[in-house]
Amino acid sequence: MSTETIERTPPQEAVTTQHHQPQDSALRFITCGSVDDGKSTLIGRLLVDTRAVLQDQFAGITKSGETDLALLTDGLSAEREQGITIDVAYRYFSTEQRKFIIGDAPGHEQYTRNMVTAASSADAAIVLVDATKLDWKNPELDLLVQTRRHALLANLLRVPSLIFAVNKLDAVEEPALAFAHIRKQLAAFAYAAGITVRATVPVSALKGYNVVDAKAGWAGYEGPSLLQVLHTLPSTPADRDLPLAFPVQWVEKFSSSADTSQGRRVFWGRVAAGEARPGQQVTLLPSNQTATIAQVLDTVRTPSSVEAGNSAGIVLDREVDVSRGDWIVASVENTDAADDEFDDAPATQPAWPGQREVQATVAWMDDEPLVPGRVYLAQHGHRWIKAKVRRVVHRLNINTLAEEDADRLEANAIGHIELLLQEPAPVGAFQQARVLGSLILVDTASHKTAGAVLVRS
Amino acid sequence: MNARTEPALLSQLSNRHLDALEEETIFVLREVAAAFERPALLFSGGKDSLVMLRCAEKAFGAGRLPYPLLMIDTGHNFPEVTDFRDFRAKELGAELIVRSVEDSMARGTVRLAHPGESRNVHQSVTLLEAIEEFRFDALIGGARRDEEKARAKERIFSHRDSFGQWQPKAQRPELWTLFNTRLAPGEHFRVFPISNWTELDVWQYIDREKIALPSIYYTHRREVVERKGLLVPVTELTPPRDGEEVVTRDVRFRTVGDITCTCPVESTAATAGDIVIETLAAEVSERGATRMDDKTSEASMEKRKKDGYF
Repeated sequence: MSTETIERTPPQEAVTTQHHQPQDSALRFITCGSVDDGKSTLIGRLLVDTRAVLQDQFAGITKSGETDLALLTDGLSAEREQGITIDVAYRYFSTEQRKFIIGDAPGHEQYTRNMVTAASSADAAIVLVDATKLDWKNPELDLLVQTRRHALLANLLRVPSLIFAVNKLDAVEEPALAFAHIRKQLAAFAYAAGITVRATVPVSALKGYNVVDAKAGWAGYEGPSLLQVLHTLPSTPADRDLPLAFPVQWVEKFSSSADTSQGRRVFWGRVAAGEARPGQQVTLLPSNQTATIAQVLDTVRTPSSVEAGNSAGIVLDREVDVSRGDWIVASVENTDAADDEFDDAPATQPAWPGQREVQATVAWMDDEPLVPGRVYLAQHGHRWIKAKVRRVVHRLNINTLAEEDADRLEANAIGHIELLLQEPAPVGAFQQARVLGSLILVDTASHKTAGAVLVRS
Repeated sequence: MNARTEPALLSQLSNRHLDALEEETIFVLREVAAAFERPALLFSGGKDSLVMLRCAEKAFGAGRLPYPLLMIDTGHNFPEVTDFRDFRAKELGAELIVRSVEDSMARGTVRLAHPGESRNVHQSVTLLEAIEEFRFDALIGGARRDEEKARAKERIFSHRDSFGQWQPKAQRPELWTLFNTRLAPGEHFRVFPISNWTELDVWQYIDREKIALPSIYYTHRREVVERKGLLVPVTELTPPRDGEEVVTRDVRFRTVGDITCTCPVESTAATAGDIVIETLAAEVSERGATRMDDKTSEASMEKRKKDGYF
C-alpha cells in the first residue's frame, strides 16, 4: 500500500483549455498498472485537486499528519487488512465541464477479472508507468510486463482511448531524458501491438504535476495535463453504422401511451447496433417472422428514431409473438433467392442471422476452471441459452497475447474457445459490434458469472 | 479552475450527463421488472427514492409502476416525510407496503439494548422479515456509490444470500450491461439503479425535472443543539442533554432518515437551484454532515451490509 504524503495544494495558475473541445457526456475511465506504481496516489490527486474529497473524508485518511490516499479507495476491511485492492471501486468527480466516473481496478494479476469488469464499461484507460522502476538512462529500456499486459487487455476489450501516464518523474535525476526514453519505448510497443495511444503525459501524482494542472516545460513536455486530456476524450461510440439489432428487454402490454392502431404491445430495449426507425423491415429472432416497424419511442416515450446505445420502444405493424430475450433485427434482401427462380426461399433474410457455433475469446473469472464438455448458461442480450464448450483452442499469454496450447482455462486466464449454443443467436464479431459480440457464461450449479466472452467471428 | 471554488462558473455547469444517468437508471428499472418475479422498490419519501420514482414513471408510463413500494418504518420518522411518502404513493396509484421495526420488537425479533437506541440498524431485521413474508426476489434501493466507501465497491445488481448477506469478496463480475440475475431459492438481489449518481447529480436532476420533495429538504427554522460539530434537531426523541443550549437556526436536511440519527445543516437554500450551488461549495460530505451513526467504525457500513442492511 502506498503511504506517500500528500497535501491539499492551493490552485495553481489558471490554465487555458480553450484549444480543447470539452465533451458534454460523462467519461468513464479506468486506471491500471502494477501494484505500487502510484495508482491510488494518482486517483487521490485527481479527487483532491478537483475538490471531490471533502473535509470529513480527508480527515478520515489522515493519521498523525500523514495522509494515505490509498485509504480513499480501499473501502473494504479485508483490503485495509491486507493492504491491497481486491475489487473495483467507483469514484466520481466533476469539473465545470464534465462529470467523470473512475473505475479503480486492482493491479494484482489474480484480480484480472476485476480489471476486465471495470474495462468492459470504460471509455478510456490510463495505464500508469512507474519511471523509477525502469532503466530510464537506456534509450532501449525494457517496459514492465504489467504495462504491456494492461494496455493489451484494454485494447482487446475495445476501450476506445488509451493514455500512458509516466509517473514518479519527480523522483528521477533527469526527468526530461527519462520521459523521452520511456515515451519512445511506449510508442514502439503500441505501434507493434496495433494500439492507438491518445496521449503520453509525464506526471507526478505525489506533487500534482500535470495531473489536474499542467506544469509547462516540466520533463520537456508542453502539452495538456491528464485532466485536460480527459476533458477532450469521446465517450464510447455506439455501433451506429451497422444494420439494426435490438434485444427485447421488456414487453409492455396494452400500452395506453403508444399512439398506434397497429400493435398493442411495445417492445422496450436498448438499440445494440444501427438505428430503429418507422417503416423499417425487420426479422424477429429466433422465430424468423418478418414485420415492419410501425412506431419508435425514445426512452421517455416521445416518437422518434433511436440509434445504437439508446433505449427505445418499438411497435410493430402487426401482432406477432415476441417476448423478452428475442431480437428484432434488420431484414436484408435475400440474394440467394434471386439467384434461383425455382427456390421458394423468402425474399429477405435477417442482417444478423442466428448462429449456433461461436469462436470466441474468453476471460475466465471463476475459481472452477473452464473445461471442455461442460454446459454453461450464456446470456446474450436479454436471452439465456445453454452453451457447451467444445474445445479450448489456445490460451493467450496475458503478457504478450501469444497463443499457447491448453486444454482448460484457470481463473484469470484468457483463451480462445469454441462454443456450441443450444439455439441460434444473432452474434457478431465483438470487434465490429460490441453488444452482439459479448456474452457472459454462468455456472449452472453456483450461478456465478464465470466467463466474459468476446465473439471472434 | 473548478466550479466548487468559482460559483461564477456555475452558469457553465453542464447537466447534459443527466440524460445518460437517467437512461441507465431506466434501463435498470426495466431490467428488474422483466427479470424478476416479485420485485419491490424501497421507498422512504426521501430525495433519492423520489428521483428513482421519476425515472420509473418515465420507464413504465404514468400510473403503471409494475412493482409495489416498500417502506421499512423505524417509527422515528419526520412527519413531513411520511406524509409526503403517502401522498406520492397515492398520486402514482402505487401499492405501498409498510412494515415496522416496532412490530418486529413486539414479535421479539428485534431487541433494543436500551430504549433510546437508534432503530436504524434494526431495519435490517424487519426488512429480511418482509422479504420472507412477501418472498421478494429483488429489492430496488436508492443508494449511491458516492455516499460511502463500502457502497463504492458494490455492484448495481448485488447478490444476497439466504441470510440477506452481502459478500464483498464473492461479488459477481458485472460485464457490459449483461446482468446475471440467476438466483437459488431463498436468495435475492438488491438493485441500485442510481449507483452512478452523486449528490450533485440528484439535485441537478430534481432542479431540471421540477421534482417535488418533502418540505424539510429546504430551508426552515428549527430548534437545534450543537453536538460534536453536528446540529442535532430538538425533538421528543432527541431532547437536549444537560448543559446543552437550544438555539434556533435556518436549516435544511441533506438526507432524511431515522430522526435519532439524522442532522440538518445550516442553510438558507429555498430551491433546488440554491441547493445545487450549496452542494458545489460544500466542504463536508453528505454523510459526514448529517449522520450520527456512521462514525463509530471505519467499516460500520460494510459490517451492516454484511448483516443484511441496504
